[in-house]
Amino acid sequence: MAIRRGRGVAAINYPTGMNLGGDPTQALVHSTPTGNFMVTLSSVDLGQGMKQIMAQICAETIGVPTDRVIVDTADTDTGPHCMGTFASRGTHRAGNAVIQAAREARQVMLEVAAEELEVNASDLETDGQGNILVKGAPQKSISIFDVALSAHFKRGRSISGRGMFLIPRSYPEKETGAMKPSTCYAHACTVAEVEVDDETGEVTVLNVKNVFEIGRALNPKMVEQQLVGGSWMGISHALYETTEPYYPNRDHGGTDFNQYLMPGPGDLAETEIIVLERPSADGPFGAKGPGEMCANPQIPAVANAVFDAVGVRIDTLPITPERILRALKAQAAG
Amino acid sequence: MELRKSYFADQRKDGLNEIGQPRPRLDSPGHVTGKTAYFADRNFPGMLHLKMVRSPHHHARIRAIDTSEAEKHPGVVKVLTAKDVPHNVYTILILIQIGPEDETVLADGKVRWKGEAVVAVLAETERAAQEAAAKVKVDYEVLPAVFDMEEALKPGAPLVNEYHGQNHYLYDSGECRKVRFGDVEAGFAEADHILEQTYQSSPIEHAPTETTGCVVAPEGNDRFTCYTNTQAMFFTLDNASIILQMPGSKLHFVGGTVGGGFGGKVDVIVEPIAILGAKLTGRPVCFIYSREEEMQISSPRAAEKVVIKDGVMNDGRIVARKVTGYTDAGAYSRHSPYGAQKGAAHYPGPYTIPNVWIDTYCVYTNRTPSSAMRGFGVTIGDFALEVQMDKLARLIGMDPLEFRFINAYRDGDMKAHRQPTEGAALIECMQEASRAANWPVAEKFMAMSSYRKGG
Repeated sequence: MAIRRGRGVAAINYPTGMNLGGDPTQALVHSTPTGNFMVTLSSVDLGQGMKQIMAQICAETIGVPTDRVIVDTADTDTGPHCMGTFASRGTHRAGNAVIQAAREARQVMLEVAAEELEVNASDLETDGQGNILVKGAPQKSISIFDVALSAHFKRGRSISGRGMFLIPRSYPEKETGAMKPSTCYAHACTVAEVEVDDETGEVTVLNVKNVFEIGRALNPKMVEQQLVGGSWMGISHALYETTEPYYPNRDHGGTDFNQYLMPGPGDLAETEIIVLERPSADGPFGAKGPGEMCANPQIPAVANAVFDAVGVRIDTLPITPERILRALKAQAAG
Repeated sequence: MELRKSYFADQRKDGLNEIGQPRPRLDSPGHVTGKTAYFADRNFPGMLHLKMVRSPHHHARIRAIDTSEAEKHPGVVKVLTAKDVPHNVYTILILIQIGPEDETVLADGKVRWKGEAVVAVLAETERAAQEAAAKVKVDYEVLPAVFDMEEALKPGAPLVNEYHGQNHYLYDSGECRKVRFGDVEAGFAEADHILEQTYQSSPIEHAPTETTGCVVAPEGNDRFTCYTNTQAMFFTLDNASIILQMPGSKLHFVGGTVGGGFGGKVDVIVEPIAILGAKLTGRPVCFIYSREEEMQISSPRAAEKVVIKDGVMNDGRIVARKVTGYTDAGAYSRHSPYGAQKGAAHYPGPYTIPNVWIDTYCVYTNRTPSSAMRGFGVTIGDFALEVQMDKLARLIGMDPLEFRFINAYRDGDMKAHRQPTEGAALIECMQEASRAANWPVAEKFMAMSSYRKGG
């Protein structure tokens, strides 16, 4: 009886957005009198930080710092339609809608600034700090604060824009299955290293090295929190979780966190995250949706590592000590 | 976390002001200091609490329901049964024309899974609602139940859901969603080895910190505001509008920050019945799942069975792959027909295989309806595919990582569902994993590229 070590690899891809498309999202953007910008949506922030990312996307597009942007969302009286936050679609779909709305608002902003500066709007640029400058003559400038005041109280303009993003729905061909499920795919490769106690069947995940290709890390810190969390969830799926431990038998289902097993802080593997960025053709600044994908590759990587360690295949999830011990027993009887 | 900027640098514009910057989240201070408001922080004077009477049987006919004792219980304001729900039989994906309507808001004549909602009790306190729910008498005639997908698909199996007429979803393509590419039998005939394996998963709970729920307040003008943690505001509003036969203009949905979704909050379960309760009593209503309800009543990730048959050559090329996927929907569709279809689009994985045959089935059994969960349609498929890849590599005596390089898809490769590959990056992920994990592969694989001309 011994502790045996093994490692396994898995490589995957994952589609962004609702399968087969047809899942629209809209956005509205307008300025306040003092040159802050409101993004109005009905998308839901699940805790992953959607509001923050929409603020950064709007800020980049208009050319102001992120803290000048407020996101008002998840209210059906004020926000235009969004299909919902699921299918790794939030950033991709709503982000595109926000870019379109922000571009329209930016154009009005530049037109008002052009009137104030007596130049052509096409000769203006933003400095990203809250000012509009004449290209090549940056000493000639106006603050966005003053542009907004002018638009509201002098020029009678609404600095606002409308955005909409929709990938037309694809219908699978009945006999061949020809279809367009998605417009872009994220990628991952995970290597997991485990120790398996062949006396107890217990698996310890020592470390996971995850490489994720996600199009564009719009906010690297938020990308990291999602990818690390996803990686832990993947390990938890592989080794711990089920509401029906003896599926298809309905008995013994957990009803609280004492019975429904998940890893505790001490069970978490050393987690390494490496991110590659191959921008998608139709994502906001090239972003894809990594939200779901990041919890997938750890499951087969751990399963393959368990085989590498003790030479038994557990093809039924979760890979519990009971299943490992039964397989080892069958192998020994062999 | 490390960003490896050397890859794909020619396709990317770096150096932007706000994008790519690790700005601190503006909502984080509120979350970590307990200041962020969630739906359950709404509290209205006179708010009622809703509790469900649930089926103790997996499959049963309802002979009679007696709510008289419950109605007399102190604190009880209203007891609702199927006849109170204007459009009681519904299905959520009807909004995107995926029918038929196959589920009841409150059971009508029959229950099809243990835990199914039968009677809703509205009372002044949670305790009174719970106690009154225990006094509802339901006379059941227990029916044979089926839990195993294979059993469910056999002729003569108990019929789970009459609205479907058979124990699987009927696609326009027939009993399963199909993908046909090349000639899979010819591929098997030329293969050096054939490997057929079966993979199985069990249902999984989303385990959000915040359980599913909503608070509904009448606005006093025949309009109702529903504070909810749904993941999809209009999707829920539009479904509630159908179920309640109320114009959407009478409904106002307010969300906010949600304490974790993972797909567990895209079913439309708590909102319609709570709005109905508020409408019929004229009082605010809250309906929040207990942790037990979250774990055993709300939809889990579907259990799946995946059978993969591969033909592989000694040089590492996979020449044929046949996948049969089964998704255990439980008693009702919810999002499972969509999930099974997503699986058909995902197989055979990120590999270029000339001959592919895919069938995916959505199967009904007498268990808690499954539905959306992070990656559903793909997650379990990836488990099966990637364990299979490991087995194939070992079968032909090849390094598992090198074996994947040989088969990895690259730009321009035709996928089984007949879309050319664009924006591939699997090879680069594997190259970086090889370095990070100190898992060396032959130089020719490290020189490959997802760009076609690159390698």
